[in-house]
Amino acid sequence: MTSAPQSDVAGHHYTSTGLDSRKVGIWAFIGSECMLFISLISTYLIYKGRSVVGPYPHETWTNPQTGQSYNAILNIPVTSASTFFLLMSSLAMVLAHNAVVNKRLPKRTTGERVLGSSKLWLWMVIVLGLGFLMFQAYEFTSFVHEGLTIRTNLFGSTFFTLTGFHGAHVTAGVIWLCMLLAIDYRRGLMPEDALNVDLAALYWHFVDVVWIAIFTLVYLIQ
Amino acid sequence: MAQHSDHAAPAAAAHDAAAHAHHPTAKTYLIVGVILTAITVLEVWAYYIPSFVASRAFVPLLLIMSAVKFATVVLFYMHLKYDHKIFRALFAGPFVIAATTLIILLFLFGKMALRLGLLT
Repeated sequence: MTSAPQSDVAGHHYTSTGLDSRKVGIWAFIGSECMLFISLISTYLIYKGRSVVGPYPHETWTNPQTGQSYNAILNIPVTSASTFFLLMSSLAMVLAHNAVVNKRLPKRTTGERVLGSSKLWLWMVIVLGLGFLMFQAYEFTSFVHEGLTIRTNLFGSTFFTLTGFHGAHVTAGVIWLCMLLAIDYRRGLMPEDALNVDLAALYWHFVDVVWIAIFTLVYLIQ
Repeated sequence: MAQHSDHAAPAAAAHDAAAHAHHPTAKTYLIVGVILTAITVLEVWAYYIPSFVASRAFVPLLLIMSAVKFATVVLFYMHLKYDHKIFRALFAGPFVIAATTLIILLFLFGKMALRLGLLT
């Protein structure tokens, strides 16, 4: 019989593989999320171009009954800006993780102090994540005002489901990061907490890579 | 079983230390950020060239640029390049299964078959 459970070793939950069970768990979760998002992307691509009525993503459409014409509904400049926000939030996230890992190293220059501030980088990730969500809220609202809802056509149904699910994941990520920031203010995130930050970072980067795929497949490819 | 776990903890601690030692520096992260931004700018720029959008190279090139961005984030920001191979398997396994299913579905519904000229 062993004298101490393995979870007591430096606060880690080691398994027989020699890996922390929480990290194995988050990677298994990310793998399953991959399947979820690829199934949603598949549905979008299969139904792409099969909408009987508009508005359409990249083409103009005139309603034969009312004579009202609709422009191509996707707003590429706005989505490009939101994509930039999410990419930069991923950069801020790795810098936050880096700052926590190197918390005990001495900071001599201003640059080292800035790079070593986990609070600053966590704030950046949260603000950029919220910025992305505001862009999405603006996009959804403008689509509804232009006549595209989740019930209008196949494009509306698949588009709102896919991007809505992604937006919900971003929201969950922002809440998780807010909790980490609260811990940082309460007692300070130290190198011992690096794994906790790493788990949140892995989730956040996954949300980012999903958007990389959505941006190309939904917005740019016509 | 318990004895096996006894050996796992030091091995894991050694793995953690090795993994952190091989993690990129802040400078590498910043360079990766610049590369990701540059590729995104290229993608959007390509979208606004009508002759390029109409060409056959547009879709493959966009997919390649997107795949490069995807791989860069996964390898560097998610540390998969430096982490244990089990993590790589946990991510790549479901991803490959789902991506293969996606391609099969696109063939089944005629999307890719039409693009490649296999159906009329």
